[in-house]
Amino acid sequence: MTRDLLELELAQHDVNDKLHWFEVDRRDFLKIFGGGMLVCLARPSLGQESGRRGHEQHELPKEVSAWIHIAPDGKVTVNTGKVEVGQNIRTSLAQQVAEELRTDFASIEMIMGDTDLVPWDMGTFGSRTTPTMGPELRTMAMAARDSLVELAAKQWSVPVNSLRAENGKVVNPATKQTISYGELTRGQQIAKVVDQDPPFTPATEWKVAGKPEPKADGREFVTGEHKYPSDINRPGMIFGKVLRPSAYKATLASVDTSAAEKISGVQVVRDGDFVGVASADPSAAEKAVATIKAKWNEPGGPSNANIFEYFKNNHEPDEEESGKPPVSLPPADVKLEQRYTVQYIAHAPLEPRAAVAEWNGDKLTVWTGTQRPFAVRDELAEAFHIPNSKVRVIQPDMGSGYGGKHTGDAAVEAARLAKSAGKPVKVVWTREEEFEWAYLRPAGLIEISSGVRRDGTLVHWSHINYNSGSSGIETPYRGEQILTQFRPTKTPLRQGSYRGLASTANNFARESHMDELAHELKMDPLEFRLKNLGDERLKTVYQAAAEKFGWNKVKSAPERGFGFGGGKEKGGHVATCAEVAIDPKTKRVKIVRVVQAWESGAIINPNGLRNQNMGALIMAIGGAMFEAIRFGDSKLENPHFAEYRLPRFSDAPKVEIVLIDRKDLAPAGAGETGIMGLAPAVANAIFAATGTRLRNLPMMPEKPVPGIEPPVFRT
Amino acid sequence: MSHLALNVNGKDVTAQAADDETLLSVLRNRLELTGTKYGCGEGQCGACTVLINGRPARSCLTPASSVVGKKITTIEGLAASGRLSAVQHAFLEEEAFQCGYCTSGMIVAATGLLSTTPHPTEQEIVRQMDGNVCRCGTYPRILAAIQRAANGGGR
Repeated sequence: MTRDLLELELAQHDVNDKLHWFEVDRRDFLKIFGGGMLVCLARPSLGQESGRRGHEQHELPKEVSAWIHIAPDGKVTVNTGKVEVGQNIRTSLAQQVAEELRTDFASIEMIMGDTDLVPWDMGTFGSRTTPTMGPELRTMAMAARDSLVELAAKQWSVPVNSLRAENGKVVNPATKQTISYGELTRGQQIAKVVDQDPPFTPATEWKVAGKPEPKADGREFVTGEHKYPSDINRPGMIFGKVLRPSAYKATLASVDTSAAEKISGVQVVRDGDFVGVASADPSAAEKAVATIKAKWNEPGGPSNANIFEYFKNNHEPDEEESGKPPVSLPPADVKLEQRYTVQYIAHAPLEPRAAVAEWNGDKLTVWTGTQRPFAVRDELAEAFHIPNSKVRVIQPDMGSGYGGKHTGDAAVEAARLAKSAGKPVKVVWTREEEFEWAYLRPAGLIEISSGVRRDGTLVHWSHINYNSGSSGIETPYRGEQILTQFRPTKTPLRQGSYRGLASTANNFARESHMDELAHELKMDPLEFRLKNLGDERLKTVYQAAAEKFGWNKVKSAPERGFGFGGGKEKGGHVATCAEVAIDPKTKRVKIVRVVQAWESGAIINPNGLRNQNMGALIMAIGGAMFEAIRFGDSKLENPHFAEYRLPRFSDAPKVEIVLIDRKDLAPAGAGETGIMGLAPAVANAIFAATGTRLRNLPMMPEKPVPGIEPPVFRT
Repeated sequence: MSHLALNVNGKDVTAQAADDETLLSVLRNRLELTGTKYGCGEGQCGACTVLINGRPARSCLTPASSVVGKKITTIEGLAASGRLSAVQHAFLEEEAFQCGYCTSGMIVAATGLLSTTPHPTEQEIVRQMDGNVCRCGTYPRILAAIQRAANGGGR
């Protein structure tokens, strides 16, 4: 990925609208640093993923002490700023460390997302853990292993190359002498400089990585013992609630908190437009915030009915382009122009935003659910005008995020209330707050025009995306003239990152359009794609899905449709075949069976990868079929699960995941791209069965969404 | 505020609670039993499922005062002296979770289902479990875990 593309990609993850600004005293800067060290190592060469504006001052720590600690009992502690949100990297990263350190999985403990303990990290998003943190930790583990072998060689006065490391020990094969890592590191402080990236253990030789290791801490999840951010309890902790504006970006005109102040044990905090309450009694806090009378100045704004027109009228001047705008189009036999739309949807992580904040003197500690603990640390430092060395953010493995927890809103709120209360404060957002005050996956409008020759050769292709984003916008299909363009626009709602970003929208539009072209040409949709595809990895994945699905044996009929969708993004290659059952009378559609083939290089944990891929596919059903935020005048109209349908057991089809393990290729991230094949596969299956082309997501909202054609089908 | 005498996981406990406080709030905020989760507060997601006299109930919609004298079982009460229940064991075996936040509610709901219908068909499982949301989309594995537990494979 080029630097420019990375910048653009990162911008898609940003949520720049802050919910709160405080007027708090500026404090003196104090530096606190601490932490023991057993194995330490400077490492000048390895590439850094930093580089985004505003973060250039951060460098990855050059001491291995910050990354890996080996205790006298042989326990290995690994520190990383990446966080566990259900994607199973606590397991897959530990497997990689164990592999390169030549020890077993059980001896590894991962410390994740604690800003006082772990090296700075940009955040957990963009499928970047596996391709960046994996190699980082593997390098550190190899350096530690080399140091341990050197120590043993010195102790036994033998050459280093006569020894080898295995099973958490250094072994002398000649003398059968062994010494454990723990014994070697006892009382030691070891420094080593690595001046080149060492060669990793090839995937073909993996013993711990590459295996279906069960999820770390699995037992704690089935017993309810695991403490999520919303489960954190601190001595003396009280409960906070925050007054919410009547609309997005509304400003406070007047407020009357007198009734709340009269409730026994309730403290009211006002700071600018921020109004909150805190009480030792959680019920009292809820009641108190409900008694506050506030008047708000609302900004107004567009609604679903005119949002796409709004995007077209409010886009930024063009800048991000690949290819030049066509002066003249090469000749084509069949030309097609279509538009596709996607609505705003919510991440709806089952655990809403939550935080517990505690001040000890001028040091702030916050436990919260976030994908970016260091960004939240900086957000807190900025909000309270204190140095970030005075802020510690701890991220317990949380009730997921899907790209929806990049911000520290609840953390800021809890910290503000705790500052006034002089006690630790817990803030847990309600579901309604999570819908309204988190942020949304952007809505978008995509316009595609294309031309093909009668023989099925794609000649020209233009794909323009308004607002939803650039991820997945590049087509894998060849053509003489290819233009793709993302046009950022103003947005009336708070929007930001989402699993796979815009790749779902862009891939839906592209793979639907490819299907339309195939239909115009009377070609098999898969054959048409393969004819124009140069990417061998993607071809292999397409063919694997088709074979498992029996693509060549199925034939769509009015009550049964079969469709295909595929693509690649962030190193993940996906192909999805869907079978849908349709009742022509009731127009009821059921996704019956889905086969998804996946390849993202060498597989670190096939069990976790399968789970992620299946989960992404099922999450995709929501955005494809029925999820849509209804809104107008900067207000959400359906911020409840009762009015915002999520995929449930009865929506899940039979799912078959085909994993292709390319041991010769570096592993890529796999939490996101598996989401993008389902929608076009289903839309194409519905078309194949009925001849009705659905170009708007969701395809069958429970209530009609203004501004798009009323749904023809229902689930 | 009143003192409620509750029976939770086989133990008699008292909790001070507001008159209209939900069982979910009492469990989580007064009794520190945080295994039961808040997901929506309107009975739509099942994350807060507990057993009341053995039957699954939404603790977010249940006033705590209404369950005085009844037997309340939460996720913390399923493992007997450290030994996982058949359903818990089956969830672990199938790795039927990702972030795990829905898991308590899923396991408690499935436990309730199997106590009345020890050998449910797939359709019965889907119908009975449809009120429980897994946003990570782990449904096929959860279904497999419930079938495993029903077939005696949970141990």
